Amino acid sequence: MSSDTLLRETASQTAGPYVHIGLAPQQAGFDIFENNFGNVLVTPQTQGERIRIEGIVYDGSGTPVRDVLIECWQANAAGKYNHPGDRQEGKAVDPTFRGWGRACSDFDSGVYAFETIKPGVVSGRKGRPMAPHINLWIVARGINLGLNTRLYFSDEAEANAKDPVLNLIEWEVRRKTLIAQRETRDGMRVYRFDIRLQGEGETVFFDI
Amino acid sequence: MSRAPVPGDEFMMRDTTSHPPAYAPSYKTSVLRSPRNALISLQQSLSEVTGPLFRAEELGPKDNDLILNAAKDGLPIGERVVVHGYVRDQYGRPVKNALVEVWQANASGRYRHKKDQYIGALDPNFGGCGRMLTDNNGYYAYRTIRPGPYPWRNRVNDWRPAHIHYAISGDGWVQRLITQMYFEGDPLIATCPILRIVPSEEQIRGLIALQDTSAFVQLDSRAYRFDIVLRGHRATLFENQIQGAAQ
Repeated sequence: MSSDTLLRETASQTAGPYVHIGLAPQQAGFDIFENNFGNVLVTPQTQGERIRIEGIVYDGSGTPVRDVLIECWQANAAGKYNHPGDRQEGKAVDPTFRGWGRACSDFDSGVYAFETIKPGVVSGRKGRPMAPHINLWIVARGINLGLNTRLYFSDEAEANAKDPVLNLIEWEVRRKTLIAQRETRDGMRVYRFDIRLQGEGETVFFDI
Repeated sequence: MSRAPVPGDEFMMRDTTSHPPAYAPSYKTSVLRSPRNALISLQQSLSEVTGPLFRAEELGPKDNDLILNAAKDGLPIGERVVVHGYVRDQYGRPVKNALVEVWQANASGRYRHKKDQYIGALDPNFGGCGRMLTDNNGYYAYRTIRPGPYPWRNRVNDWRPAHIHYAISGDGWVQRLITQMYFEGDPLIATCPILRIVPSEEQIRGLIALQDTSAFVQLDSRAYRFDIVLRGHRATLFENQIQGAAQ
């Protein structure tokens, strides 16, 4: 089939201010579904190091975006995606870990968070290993096409230095916008990942 | 295509001319929420061609029935409608098992959301959200109350046309799409800043559901047809294979 007979992808539209009704109704203020999709990716059986991802999304004026919705997609602790398209050998799917979650920023503080595990290394194109990372998709009122980015980990400096995607970013100074900073809080591993939609320190976003 | 696509195949690159620009001053909120730097183009890896998959048992039996899924002591007020259609990829192939999530205002244009202050009344029997998976033909259907238009803070007299929000998840992360469906014949479609920033009339038409008399439910509901196109898997050529993905 030639490209001129391809259908066009349906046009994107903003998620709008009330995205929570559909995708996180409890945050909108009501209970409707028995099973809610949320920001906790782990069960007690999930293998891997427990981590919390936490941050604020800022707009071009430096104001927290308090109505943002973020989804994450990641490999398990062994570096395997829970998807039939991942045929990496010698790595097993963890049946207790889908690797997907959905978080909303708090209406007051603007803080979003995920409870997950640190992913392993995934094989990239031409077999080049990709440093542990989490894929993020960001939608909100005022965002006309969902923004894609990646979160990397500050304690993986060596792997990050060789990561094919980070190295693709021509401006070295911008690479650090994708590195979540490790903190320890009450014995819990927390990675801080603020996202700047516009202006100074603007986060790198990808066309994927 | 020389063969049918399999999970892990690459997807067509995104044609950004199909979508509104990030910075669209007539939609004022986009001004401070649009990146100023160019997006960096990635060749897809396993991280992009895989994505979350969902199972029917994760959804409840009334999740696709917005008329009943929040009803307390009666039926919601408003025009009853069925909305249905197909989720396909750019080659026209059905996207099976896609998660389709929808949300909307009630018949008076009010959202059941703690941040919505519009004077339009809440309906105690209407929630305004639903979700479903497409079948093997990529088909989905739900029933609901036709949403009302409502005013919003952009230009002083801007009103949103009646619309239903959609979030669609296919089998790859790059297919993730969020959009809005409008209703054929709504006069507010002509002036809506959020819709008018879509760069072509063809793409705008793609967001407008057509009344579908063939699917009316007699003495009960009208019906609207709304098809969705997600990015398509493309043939993976020789030197272009994703390591650890399809062979």
